[in-house]
Amino acid sequence: MDTQTLIYLFVGATFALYIGIALWTRAGSTSEYYVASKGVHPILNGMATGADWMSAASFISMAGIISFIGLDGSVYLMGWTGGYVLLAMCLAPYLRKFGKFTVPDFIGERYYSQTARLVAVVCVIFISFTYVAGQMRGVGIVFSRYLEVDINTGVVIGMCIVFFYSVLGGMKGITYTQVAQYCVMIFAYMVPAIYISMMITGNPIPQLGFGSEVTGTGQSVLERLNGLSTELGFATYTDGSKSTIDVFFITMALMVGTAGLPHVIVRFFTTPTVRAARLSAGYALLFIAILYTTAPAIAAFARINLLTSIPELTYSEAPQWVTNWEKSGLIAWLDKNGDGKIQYGPGAPFAGAPTFGPERGVNGERMVTNAPTEAATELYVDRDIMVLANPEIANLPGWVIALIAAGGLAAALSTAAGLLLVISTSISHDLLKSNLMPNISEKKELLAARVAAGVAVVVAGLFGIYPPAFVAQVVAFAFGLAAASFFPAIVMGIFSKKMNKEGAIAGMVVGLAFTFSYIVYYKFIFPTAGPADWWFGISPEGIGTLGMIFNFVAAIAVAQVTAAPPEHIQHIIEDIRIPRGAGAAIDH
Amino acid sequence: MSVSKQEAAKAYWKDNLRLMLILLAIWFAVSFGAGILFVDQLNHIQFFGFPLGFWFAQQGSIYVFVAMIFFYVWKMNQYDRKHDVHEE
Repeated sequence: MDTQTLIYLFVGATFALYIGIALWTRAGSTSEYYVASKGVHPILNGMATGADWMSAASFISMAGIISFIGLDGSVYLMGWTGGYVLLAMCLAPYLRKFGKFTVPDFIGERYYSQTARLVAVVCVIFISFTYVAGQMRGVGIVFSRYLEVDINTGVVIGMCIVFFYSVLGGMKGITYTQVAQYCVMIFAYMVPAIYISMMITGNPIPQLGFGSEVTGTGQSVLERLNGLSTELGFATYTDGSKSTIDVFFITMALMVGTAGLPHVIVRFFTTPTVRAARLSAGYALLFIAILYTTAPAIAAFARINLLTSIPELTYSEAPQWVTNWEKSGLIAWLDKNGDGKIQYGPGAPFAGAPTFGPERGVNGERMVTNAPTEAATELYVDRDIMVLANPEIANLPGWVIALIAAGGLAAALSTAAGLLLVISTSISHDLLKSNLMPNISEKKELLAARVAAGVAVVVAGLFGIYPPAFVAQVVAFAFGLAAASFFPAIVMGIFSKKMNKEGAIAGMVVGLAFTFSYIVYYKFIFPTAGPADWWFGISPEGIGTLGMIFNFVAAIAVAQVTAAPPEHIQHIIEDIRIPRGAGAAIDH
Repeated sequence: MSVSKQEAAKAYWKDNLRLMLILLAIWFAVSFGAGILFVDQLNHIQFFGFPLGFWFAQQGSIYVFVAMIFFYVWKMNQYDRKHDVHEE
């Protein structure tokens, strides 16, 4: 069978599986719809959290980004895993004991204030929409790359699938589809990784191969990589080029942001007990760590491969995968010095992503129409190549390519579905049931949740089809805002009996306003700014950390001078601190 | 809550906070310490084919995170029983 048929087969089979699961796990009550009736086993919840968490960006782009920036890539590796430690120890068990459905539920009740709840709802919706816009685009891109349809058709197909299982099954349906998606995704990631590791180091375990010797050179992977990088004029792989303070702040913002993201937190509402909530956090990180410790190994292997297999070859000598991916525009070569050989070095060969003219160059390459830069480098390599081209680089059969297509789609769909559910819950539960229409019946609330999910899917799809120019820039928003708003408010709500509503609201507003303005200013109003212009050299990606500190300071200061929280709130806090009685909380 | 139960809850919370602070200190040390602040110094040390700082930043800190959560789960289950606040 040819590769294209295999791709249709694999993607079709996995979709049939997801839809089958959705039909089998239809939600009949709001508790099933919002939190899967709090009956999810910790291992399954761990897998679902992993799939929810790892998006198309983690699956396709992360290894490539690390591959190009070396040590600096650690901010993502540590930042997107370290947050689970905070979740496990500071948030998950207590929020599970509290026993409601959403983050605004907790904020609203703990701070005895509808205003606080409303601030929280607005944050949830804003954060989740920013995040989901990128996911739908990701779905479209994966579809277009593998199924030979255009991106917009891909977005629409993705919308239909997500619509089907999130609207029908709610949290219950999503959880079990995410378990399946996790399995598809991790298998698809590991198979090529193991082969590449064997090919380069002879060790089948990528994490160990990463520290082994490159076959036939007598050098370790990283020594070889540093040597090759220096030879071609790149910075050494194991040294960073970002300032230490910036790396520190970005890592912290990503960690704390992870712990404050509503679609991650809500997963811990679905476990049957407090014990299970703690354990789920452990399993979630374990399942995430499998991919996250493999990614830097893939990054290094792929980089060695790139640096040894292309430079100074002629176009016709270059490996087959170069011409294959040139077709989809992920690789481009511009023979600037006319020597017929591919030179590769630091910098960009031309401005922006390649646009191709109709004709071929003298060597047979696709001619780009971009204006060349001063740099000597002639090769454009899209960083996604590092994962996408792996099966071809390792000479793997067609079914592995099909597997990666199914894995990439699983990654994008699972994250999108988790986010859409959070949005729909915020609208039907936090906005309608808790604010505008407190007397709404359960049946109507469930209907409202489904309608909201449907509308959210359509809006997210429109974002995917007409991506706002800033989509690539807004990931910083989601993490920064989550770090600067929810994390401090929830942590203080659990660990401080003195924190009152005035303090919490002041903290959230200060944290949000500061982080929001900083990002808007340095991303959109003054985008040419560099480290010299930033406060203390902190980039917009890392500013959420400072926002978080401001949140804590403002909240504590205001709480000092205002009235302590009422008696019954003190009892709530005492109650959520001990696990006993969590079962009873289900029927609230 | 009866007085003895309140006492138990207090003692439980104290044990919990101590455990949490110790683990957070380790969490900070392996990631922000070894992987960021002292990465250059540690990179002079070789560790199974890796410069040590680089290993912490891209591999080691993640392993420690995972181990730490499972340790926390195990220890907290003990504390739950010790102070008689475990779930039925």
